[in-house]
Amino acid sequence: MENFTPIMALIGGGLIGLSAVLLMALNGRIAGISGVFSGAVFAERGDKLWRILFVLGLIGAPALWALFQGVQPPFEITDSWPLIIVGALLVGFGTRLGSGCTSGHGVCGLSRLSPRSMASVALFMGAGMATVAIAKSVLGT
Amino acid sequence: MGRNVSALISGLVFGLGLTISEMVNPAKVLAFLDLFGNWDPSLAFVMGGALIVTAIGYRLVWMRERPVFASSFQVPGNRSVDTRLAIGAVLFGIGWGLVGLCPGPAIAAFTFGGKPLFVFLGAMGAGMVLFEVFDRMTARASVA
Repeated sequence: MENFTPIMALIGGGLIGLSAVLLMALNGRIAGISGVFSGAVFAERGDKLWRILFVLGLIGAPALWALFQGVQPPFEITDSWPLIIVGALLVGFGTRLGSGCTSGHGVCGLSRLSPRSMASVALFMGAGMATVAIAKSVLGT
Repeated sequence: MGRNVSALISGLVFGLGLTISEMVNPAKVLAFLDLFGNWDPSLAFVMGGALIVTAIGYRLVWMRERPVFASSFQVPGNRSVDTRLAIGAVLFGIGWGLVGLCPGPAIAAFTFGGKPLFVFLGAMGAGMVLFEVFDRMTARASVA
């Protein structure tokens, strides 16, 4: 557990919560990224611009952070193309079929005690942990 | 106008939270999912911090009649767990465990994730388009 960063995790998490509260207080919407993002393309006209701006903010924040820090945020990802492509297809299709991801179900849904979100979080956390355990034993790392 | 500015600000705050908590780093997320390895519980603290603020904040916000820039709060009313939700969550979890990226961090990493991130975003978008096709086909099948 030498990489455990509880303080920055709590502060960062608090900011994510603040973002969700702001979007609800001002616009009356759930800050679920998979839904906001896919709606930027598939939502009805007139319901798109705010989604595009939310996405731009999401991209802009780490870019601004890097500008002030003089260094990019750490980013270490697998070098296996098949893994990246299959993983991403499952994330895209799965979050839409299951009506949400870590933000919509994990933060917004759990905070209002939605039974659907509790089931979703238990399932995607369990599936994620099982996948990592299986991948490690298969790849022998 | 207010609606769009508030969405931009909300997106910025969300992105900042993901950045300083290091959730934009797939290796950090995989270290949380690696329960039986060198476990890093940070992600649970991110969720915990977010949940405390949201649980209290939502309740305060909902004491108001309506949002500042919209006519009503749009909160999902469906509370029943169904097959779609369950299968979707499991598929998402498998993909998350393979790479360590969920939609928020994947989008936030746009300026520094390089080529692997662009490939991930392209394939994630393709997965979402596939869902729209699947959704329209099943809707038509249930009407017919």
